[in-house]
Amino acid sequence: MNTALSWIKAYVPELTCTDQEYMDAMTLSGTKVEGYTRLDKNLEKIVVGQIQKIEKHPDADKLIVCQVDIGGEVIQIVTGAPNVKEGDKVPVVLDGGKVAGGHDGGPLPEEGISIKAGKLRGVPSNGMMCSIEELGSDRNFYPEAPEMGIYIFGDDVQVGADAVEALGLRDTVFEYEVTSNRVDCYSVIGIAREAAATFRKPFVLPEVTVRENGEKVEDYISVEVQDTELCPRYCARVCKNIKIAPSPQWMQRRLAASGIRPINNLVDITNYVMEEYGQPMHAYDLDTIAGHKIIVRRAKEGDVFQTLDGQERKLDADVLMICDAEKEVGIAGIMGGENSMITDHVTTVLFEAATFNGANIRKSAKRVGLRTDASGKFEKGLDPYNAEAAINRACQLIEELGCGEVVSGMVDVHGEMKEKVVLPFEPERYNKLLGTDVSEQEMLDIFRMIEVEYDAAKRTLTIPTFRQDILRQCDIAEEVARFYGYDKIPTTLPNGEATTGKLPFKLRIEQKARDIAEYCGFSQGMCYSFESPKVFDKLLLAADDPARKAITIANPLGEDFSIMRTVPLHGMLVSLATNYNRRNKDVRLYELGNIYLPKALPLTQLPEERMQFTLGMYGDCDFFDMKGVVEEFFESIGMHKKAVYDPKADRNYLHPGRQANIEYEGTLVGYLGEVHPEVCDNYDMKTRAYVAVLDIPAVLPFATFDRKYEGIAKYPAVLRDISMVVPKEVMAGQIEAVIAQRGGKILEDYQLFDIYEGSQIKDGFKSMAYSITFRAKDKTLEEADVSSAMKKILNGLEGMGIELRS
Amino acid sequence: MKEKLEQIKAEALRQIEASDALEKLNEVKVTYLGKKGELTAVLKSMKDVAPEDRPKVGQLVNETREEIEKVLEASVKKMERAVREAKLKTEVIDVTLPSKKNKMGHRHPNTIALEEVERIFIGMGYEVVEGPDVEKDYYNFEALNIPADHPAKDEQDTFYITGDILLRTQTSSVQVHEMEKGKLPIRMIAPGRVFRSDEVDATHSPSFHQIEGLVIDKHITLADLKGTLAEFAKELFGEDTKVKFRPHHFPFTEPSAEMDVTCFKCGGKGCRFCKGEGWIEILGCGMVHPHVLEMSGIDPEQYTGFAFGVGLERIALLKYEIDDMRLLYENDIRFLKQF
Repeated sequence: MNTALSWIKAYVPELTCTDQEYMDAMTLSGTKVEGYTRLDKNLEKIVVGQIQKIEKHPDADKLIVCQVDIGGEVIQIVTGAPNVKEGDKVPVVLDGGKVAGGHDGGPLPEEGISIKAGKLRGVPSNGMMCSIEELGSDRNFYPEAPEMGIYIFGDDVQVGADAVEALGLRDTVFEYEVTSNRVDCYSVIGIAREAAATFRKPFVLPEVTVRENGEKVEDYISVEVQDTELCPRYCARVCKNIKIAPSPQWMQRRLAASGIRPINNLVDITNYVMEEYGQPMHAYDLDTIAGHKIIVRRAKEGDVFQTLDGQERKLDADVLMICDAEKEVGIAGIMGGENSMITDHVTTVLFEAATFNGANIRKSAKRVGLRTDASGKFEKGLDPYNAEAAINRACQLIEELGCGEVVSGMVDVHGEMKEKVVLPFEPERYNKLLGTDVSEQEMLDIFRMIEVEYDAAKRTLTIPTFRQDILRQCDIAEEVARFYGYDKIPTTLPNGEATTGKLPFKLRIEQKARDIAEYCGFSQGMCYSFESPKVFDKLLLAADDPARKAITIANPLGEDFSIMRTVPLHGMLVSLATNYNRRNKDVRLYELGNIYLPKALPLTQLPEERMQFTLGMYGDCDFFDMKGVVEEFFESIGMHKKAVYDPKADRNYLHPGRQANIEYEGTLVGYLGEVHPEVCDNYDMKTRAYVAVLDIPAVLPFATFDRKYEGIAKYPAVLRDISMVVPKEVMAGQIEAVIAQRGGKILEDYQLFDIYEGSQIKDGFKSMAYSITFRAKDKTLEEADVSSAMKKILNGLEGMGIELRS
Repeated sequence: MKEKLEQIKAEALRQIEASDALEKLNEVKVTYLGKKGELTAVLKSMKDVAPEDRPKVGQLVNETREEIEKVLEASVKKMERAVREAKLKTEVIDVTLPSKKNKMGHRHPNTIALEEVERIFIGMGYEVVEGPDVEKDYYNFEALNIPADHPAKDEQDTFYITGDILLRTQTSSVQVHEMEKGKLPIRMIAPGRVFRSDEVDATHSPSFHQIEGLVIDKHITLADLKGTLAEFAKELFGEDTKVKFRPHHFPFTEPSAEMDVTCFKCGGKGCRFCKGEGWIEILGCGMVHPHVLEMSGIDPEQYTGFAFGVGLERIALLKYEIDDMRLLYENDIRFLKQF
């Protein structure tokens, strides 16, 4: 909300402060000022001048030479403006002065434009006459200004006077951010009341008295509200003998500063009152109201209505309509109809000031697809008491500004009016909540400023109706805090029962995952939780793959963000591809993020959220680098047993011969592999890439930070190497399973130290060599112990078609 | 006999003096002190000495031996030192050659900021807790004093899955879960992902992170909130950081505030970074609304509390001077490497 400071000062006449002080103090008391603009920025040495004489320029057809009285002195100014004549009063910037912008109305330069005396085609010119654009404004806000040319004042300004002042530009416009609970502050009066309380200066409301013509309003209009739920109050007044004309300068200037274009006295008055009181009003041409009757009712399902912007709007039974005896004339609280709109020929006006159910207006505006200034205010739920004040203010202005005469009385239809909130005054409670020591007297002073009434006998506080946000004691405490000053509240630390700071086990495991990944060269990425349903095809998932059962967002930002991910690979592959296409070499990324698995679709209960530790890489690396990271991670979280890598993982997005499920003690805890080349193609990556995914909830039961020292071996180890010719299809894992199973208690370790396939080995075979370590805990091993263990191992291996080499 | 010993000694010392290598010194040792050395020979010739003179001669031999040994040992040490020094001279390397680094990865700036925040609050006795990303309307809105028709529901541009299930718009939902457990007092922070229907641009993302804080106990005051968050700001942004609390409005706290910190670039004087204001808005906070306590089964006459919510990305962007939020989700390694 934007408002000129001069308008605020109209209600807080004793307010004196700099713009910055005002901004800081208002922000600290809760009316946040976003910023301010001085309207006279870069306007220097500009006075009202009167053109005494105009002559042709001797050397230029399009220029004229003017003698301009600037108050006790006449200066010569050459101009190309076509619209001036002798006797005109105009703004004149003198030699050494500044204007805000160019005559074309383009963006205003930060430092303005300096004006110096000079010669135009040989004729001296000692200043410049200004257009409204050069003064930093435009014809939207000064409709009387000519389309091209110099701004011309009315007769009432003094020659030699400050032209900036005369234009109403010695002012500052403040922009406020009003919080949604403070409906009352969406008005100049509301903000002025806050300013008065903030600076502890008297607050002076405009005195509203309406001179009426003695006729009865009931003879002009009747009102029937069929749905008081949706329309708690409807006030109607009538003004007649309307004379449409421009509104006075002061009103135009205040509206302009608020960003509202002045139109004519009638429109300006309704806008002015909406700004001043925060109550939107609507004016109907009474002659278009059939039966001189207003009916407030719900629309009929499927009706179509033409709003005054000429658009057709589709209605439904939840949209509240303003109707006359025959037809609909407006969508309540949103926009009037074309059929009843005010024209320049209007003679009798029906004013409406009503309150509507905020939630209903908000939803209707959404459905009808039309959000207006009025609906924006109504949807916050306005104070029904304010409607009456505002409509009277409008009628007062109609009469005072000579716009028309006011018919006596008001038609007022309302249900039961809400009673004022009354709360007991409990100063200790406020201090206890705030941690302060504010005196009772100071609290009462604050309440007086914000019009909360104190009954000393009953020790109660009565809340004014415009403060719909004050319902409980904590709300009162906030008022005390705001005007006592948040900055004056002490700073302490809670001193209750001591608590222990904790990071839960799952998060400690995640921390370990990050440490290990980074130690292994992986950097942490972050991906979105939602993605496109097309990713399933990109990942080559089978039509019946359970991962395709994903949660759909009802109102996504677009198809690309419409489902909750069920596999973590898409984000990883997109990230790898981004790096690949930016020519980053050897990229290793990891992510810790949830996947979302629905128990049933459509969702009836919350889905399962499973944290996934996803690793991805390309460049100077292979499958076994990735496997190494997985094992480093397992070891770091106390998973010291051998994990099983099962090549029959059947994951379409991975290379069929280079993938494995990772099983730990018989539980599937993740998978890894080379990305299928077709998937790489789908992501525009012309390189091999490797991924691993570890399912944190599956890993957690096996993870532990407990460690137990087992002693350092006292007795010597015995090493045996075996060299084998192995059928190609036999995997290392199978051989190791035999060694592990048959090695017995004295088996300590085994390591593959050589593997070879090639010309020296017969077709369909490979050569493998293991080094096996035996050790006993309690004695030095004897040859017989080792030989017997080795024999068992070798027997086992021979059973698999493996030949031992000497 | 005595003269002979003197003569042996003088000769030995001369030879030691003349030696220019460890091997030569060793030869001297063998020649004079060895089993077949000259002194041994003298000892062997003792049989020719009168028995009463033997002890005296023996002593003389030993003295001579000791003297030679002493000189020899000193020479050996000196020579060894010289050899080592010569070797060290040949082993000079160019220490400015490139290092051999283990190529470590880098944490995401969000996580670095998060771990900082967690460290600070764990130190103050807070427990880190988690709640679901996909949440019931009740926990995200209703139990936080945002009933069905509340305008705040529109303001937050919620992603819905069904009428009742949504993507949480704020980690404040975790407050409710924690309060419902019924274990008091509460001191918790809840970091997590939140979602709002904002188009992606330099300052918006439909998915970002928040850290919620909640303290509930007897006698918790607004002053405690101020003190706690002032400490937090100092820890996070530096000892000289000042804080400013401005009144604000949130449906689930009353009184409510927004907290600004002094700009950490200019220290509050005003610069381009803080748009000349000297202050940077950092978080929203307030005293837990009594109705929120009531709904979760906590008696507001007995307990009060405060809550706060920090945008993690906001902190990361400010702390590391990142000018575009999109960088946080692009995962370009050239970006990530800088943290």
